[in-house]
Amino acid sequence: MIVHTIIFYIFSFIAIFSAIMVVASKNTVHSVFFLILDFISISCLFIMIGAEFLGMIMLIVYVGAVAILFLFVVMMLNVAQQKNEWFTSRDSSAHIPIGLLVSLIIFFELIIVIGGWKYKPDLVDSISIEINSTITNTQSLGNVIYTDYIHLFQLSGMILLVAMIGAIVLTFRERSGVRRQSYFKQISREKKDGVELVEVESNKGIKIDV
Amino acid sequence: MLEYLTILLSEIYKILFLLVPVLVSVAMIVWLDRRIWAFVQKRRGPNVVGPFGLLQPFADALKYIFKEIIIPASSNKIIFILAPIVTMTLGLVAWAVIPFSETLVLANINVGILYLFAVSSLGVYGIIMGGWASNSKYPFLGSIRSAAQMISYEVSIGIIIINVLLCVGSLNLNEIVMAQKDLWYVIPLFPMFVIFFISALAETNRPPFDLPEAEAELVAGYQTEYSGMMFTMFMLGEYANILLMCAMGSILFLGGWLSPIDLFPFNVIPSPLWLIFKILFLFVLFSLVKAIVPRYRYDQLMKLGWKIFLPFSLIWVVLTASYLMYFDLLPVK
Repeated sequence: MIVHTIIFYIFSFIAIFSAIMVVASKNTVHSVFFLILDFISISCLFIMIGAEFLGMIMLIVYVGAVAILFLFVVMMLNVAQQKNEWFTSRDSSAHIPIGLLVSLIIFFELIIVIGGWKYKPDLVDSISIEINSTITNTQSLGNVIYTDYIHLFQLSGMILLVAMIGAIVLTFRERSGVRRQSYFKQISREKKDGVELVEVESNKGIKIDV
Repeated sequence: MLEYLTILLSEIYKILFLLVPVLVSVAMIVWLDRRIWAFVQKRRGPNVVGPFGLLQPFADALKYIFKEIIIPASSNKIIFILAPIVTMTLGLVAWAVIPFSETLVLANINVGILYLFAVSSLGVYGIIMGGWASNSKYPFLGSIRSAAQMISYEVSIGIIIINVLLCVGSLNLNEIVMAQKDLWYVIPLFPMFVIFFISALAETNRPPFDLPEAEAELVAGYQTEYSGMMFTMFMLGEYANILLMCAMGSILFLGGWLSPIDLFPFNVIPSPLWLIFKILFLFVLFSLVKAIVPRYRYDQLMKLGWKIFLPFSLIWVVLTASYLMYFDLLPVK
C-alpha cells in the first residue's frame, strides 16, 4: 500500500507542478508541452483509482487530439515577437482582477463540492445506478450511456456536429480557379475521348478547338 | 520492503525478456526491409556483413553510435534531445500489452486495445517536437505534414477498431484473440482489414505515404537536423512502431497467437511463434508495398483518409452493428 501511496504522490506532484508551469513558463510551446504532461499524469491518476477507461480516453482525446491542435496553433506564433510585446507591456496586468475572480469562483465551487462530500458521506450512495464490481467499468459505462442516458448522449453528439459545421461554415472560403482532380473522370476516360488522329496538310496546319 | 523489491526485480526481468527480443527483431527487420526492397528491384541488397548480410544492421548501429551528435545552435535544445527519446519510448512501451500466448503477456489489462490506440496516437509528438525544435524550415514543414496525416488516419483506425470490438464485446486483447477461435476476423471484415493495412502504412509514415520525409521536397523531413545516435533512435522507434502496427493487425484480424487450424501439425507449434509468423507476414506486405507503389501527393492522401476511408468504415460500423442485432449475435447481452 505504501508503494501505491508513493506512486500517487509522484503523479500528483508532477500534475500540480506541470499545471503551474503551464501558466508560469514564458515560452508558449513549453506551456503546451507542460499541459500535455499534466494530462498524462492525470490520466495515470485515473488509472490508479481503477477508472482505466476514463484514463485511456483522456489520453486518446486530450493528448492525442486536442493538445496536438493547441500545438499546431502555438507553433505558428512568433515566440520572439510575443515576448517583447506581450510580457513587457502593461496590458497584461489589466487582466489580473478578472483572472483572480474566475479562479476564486472555481476555488469556492470546489470547496462546496468537497465540503458537501465531507458533510454528508452517504452522498455516494444516492447515485441512481448500483455499482457492480464484477464487470469492467467500460461495460458498466456502456450499460448506462446507451440505455438510460441515450437521449443526452445523442444530444451531445448533435451539439458537437453543429459546432463542427459552424466552424466549417465560418472558415470556408470559395476559391475560384482551383483545378480539382476527379478520380471518376480520370478512370472513365477512354482512348477515343483523349486521342484523336488527324491528318495534317503541309503548309496549312490544323485548328485545335479546346 | 523486501517483497516489493522481489516484485520489482521480477517485473524488470520480464520487461527485459520482452524488450531485448523486440529491439533485436527491430534491427533484423531493417535488414529484411532492405533485402525485400532490393529483391523487388533486382538488386542484391545488404549481403556482405555476416551470413546473408544479417549483421548489417548491427554494423550500421555501431557506425551511428560513434558518429558525432550535432545539435543546431539555434535549436530548442531540451525538446530537440527529448524528441527521439519520446519516439523510441512510445515505440517500445506499447509492447507491454501484446499477448504472445494465453499467459505470456506482460500486462493483461482490461483496456488493452485502447492502450495500444492511445500509445500510437501519442507517437505524433516525437515527430512534432523534433520538427519544431530543429528551428529549420524543412523539419517544420515535415512535422506539420506528418501531424495532419497521422491525426487523419487515426480516426479511421479508431473506427475500424470499433468494428472489431462490436464482434468481440471486450477491450481485452486476449479476449479479442480468443473470440477468433472459430473464424478469423479477416474473413467477415475483409474490407476493414484492407483499410486497416493502408491506414497503418499512413500512420507509421511508410511509403507510399512517407510525405513527412519525402526527400525530393523536404530533404528528410523532421529528421533533417538529426545525426548519429539521435537519428538511430528515431529510426528504431519508427521500425518498432511498424512492428507494433503489424502486431495490432495480426491480433485484430489474423487471430493473434492462434494457429490457423486446430489440427496436429499446426497446434504443435507454440503460440508465440504463430504471432511472430503473422507479424512477419504483414511486415513483408509492408515492405512489398514500399517497393511497388509510388508516393502519393499530399492532397490525394488527405482525400483518401477523410473522404473515402472515414465514410466507408463508418458505414461498415452500421452494417456490422445491424447484422449483429438482426441475427442476435451480440457478444454481450
